[in-house]
Amino acid sequence: MEPILQGKNLVKRYGRVTALDHCDFELYPGEVLAVIGDNGAGKSSLIKAVSGAVIPDAGEVYLEGKQVRFSSPNDAREHGIETVYQTLAMSPALSITDNMFMGRELRKPGFMGKYLRQLDKKAMEKFAREKLSELGLMTIQNINQAVETLSGGQRQGVAVARAAAFGSKVIILDEPTAALGVKESRRVLELIQDVRSRGIPIVLISHNMPHVFEVADRIHIHRLGKRLTVIKPGDYTMSDAVAFMTGAKEPETVAA
Amino acid sequence: MSNENYEAASRGGTSDKLAEFQDHSRGFLGNIQHVLHVNPAMVPLIVLVASIVVFGLLLGSKFFSPFALTLILQQVQIVGIVAAAQSLVILTAGIDLSVGAIMVFSSVVMGQFTFRYGLPPAVAVAAGLMVGTACGFVNGWLVAKVKLPPFIVTLGMWQIVLATNFLYSANETIRAQDIAENAPLLQLFGAKVNIGGAVLTVGVIFMVLLVLTLSYVLKQTAWGRHVYAVGDDPEAAELSGVNVKRTLISVYMLAGLICAFAGWALIGRIGSVSPTSGQLANIESITAVVIGGISLFGGRGSIMGTLFGALIVGVFTLGLRLMGADAQWTYLLIGLLIICAVAVDQWIRKVSS
Repeated sequence: MEPILQGKNLVKRYGRVTALDHCDFELYPGEVLAVIGDNGAGKSSLIKAVSGAVIPDAGEVYLEGKQVRFSSPNDAREHGIETVYQTLAMSPALSITDNMFMGRELRKPGFMGKYLRQLDKKAMEKFAREKLSELGLMTIQNINQAVETLSGGQRQGVAVARAAAFGSKVIILDEPTAALGVKESRRVLELIQDVRSRGIPIVLISHNMPHVFEVADRIHIHRLGKRLTVIKPGDYTMSDAVAFMTGAKEPETVAA
Repeated sequence: MSNENYEAASRGGTSDKLAEFQDHSRGFLGNIQHVLHVNPAMVPLIVLVASIVVFGLLLGSKFFSPFALTLILQQVQIVGIVAAAQSLVILTAGIDLSVGAIMVFSSVVMGQFTFRYGLPPAVAVAAGLMVGTACGFVNGWLVAKVKLPPFIVTLGMWQIVLATNFLYSANETIRAQDIAENAPLLQLFGAKVNIGGAVLTVGVIFMVLLVLTLSYVLKQTAWGRHVYAVGDDPEAAELSGVNVKRTLISVYMLAGLICAFAGWALIGRIGSVSPTSGQLANIESITAVVIGGISLFGGRGSIMGTLFGALIVGVFTLGLRLMGADAQWTYLLIGLLIICAVAVDQWIRKVSS
């Protein structure tokens, strides 16, 4: 099977630090791929390189077998790759709708939209409400309430809903449960499974081994700027994964 | 909303229902906080109406007449226009200390281009507007691309533009009669429209239209939403797909252009072109913005609030003068208002459900 998103020989240096050292990466259709690694292993750089947030110094990125060069997150977004950043990338004072459509607002048809550039708020609100409902986030009180009035889990929900609404090919989640309580984490894991069941592959970056082992189909272990190995959660224990991550143990076979 | 609610609702959730609206009682103070959070221009509007009523009761028809009330509009028109520019910059979590200098320099360019080089007034006005926009562009470029703090950039630009203004104009004033004879276009904003006892000038009408237009643009267009997003959290805005640098540069350029219009209006207001006028415009514009409820931390507030803020200052100034009070009382009260406005802003920012 052909990977939907693939990185080959990716290199990224920041001054003297090599964040990515000829790193490979593959995401297959319909799967949840977890990316784990110690702090500073280069997970974030890898994700940023395939999502357009940083431009790799060397190496290629392929989307559905075709080589792509993303120069900005917007670029990747236009190709159907949506990223939910750890910081969620939302404007707290703006409404849920404003945030969902930030950077890709809908304009009214006709004169008002074309010449006076008026936004089609009704259409955007309707769309936002539908998308939140699809993911079971119906308890959001008011689609026009400011994001800062939402709880942490609700914010995460809105961010995931935004990604799911627009990410037609790949969704990348960076530490989606790190800042959440137990119940809210559970809800986000359910969201991930909801999204996968709709056939959209997900890249999940996480430090939380139970979460990773629960939802991931494959686990990409990142160490010292490159992919150490890819394991299936059924074949190894969490302690094995942590041992690989920290270098306490070496995997016997190198994944092809 | 509590976590229990959230969890419980998500369990039973079916996806055929749309997101629902639930109202929670927040208590009286909480309700006020919520209303203010949604409509940040409410506080200055209430203060404005209250101050008009109080001065109206104290002074009677001396104050509460079409003439006096429109006089306030005439007195605040320059500050109002400049404050509109200042609002845009402050919404992006910046500050523009060079607004007054850009305004004066633009007016000097309009005057000197007409009288020194003999250019048609329309060309001179266009040149003045371009100079203002160019100053704004330099500010915006330094803030967005070189990533210097707006306070420092505009502090420097203030000095640079003001010094350029004095050097270029050789400190010469162009007399009002000369302008009226040779280039009446420069005094266009001073043209008066009488409606009953009310006296409106083109400058006043321009100020009101400007604020209404900006209000529309900020609320109803993508660019306006981006201005708020950039002020709220520039990194989040960038990651959500907003071109932060371009937005910032466009804001400073537009602010420069509006300041140049204020320079044109300044000629209409004082009649002459004077390189020493408008020295207090930057402080007064920041005062109007702050009293108008726009957060200095960016991303919050409405431009209507700025207009109300400018009018509050105007009402206090005229009202106290008509009462025969020492002018220092005005400054004292304005100072109090500024501190109260920021305290209210902090309180509103704490809002959570």
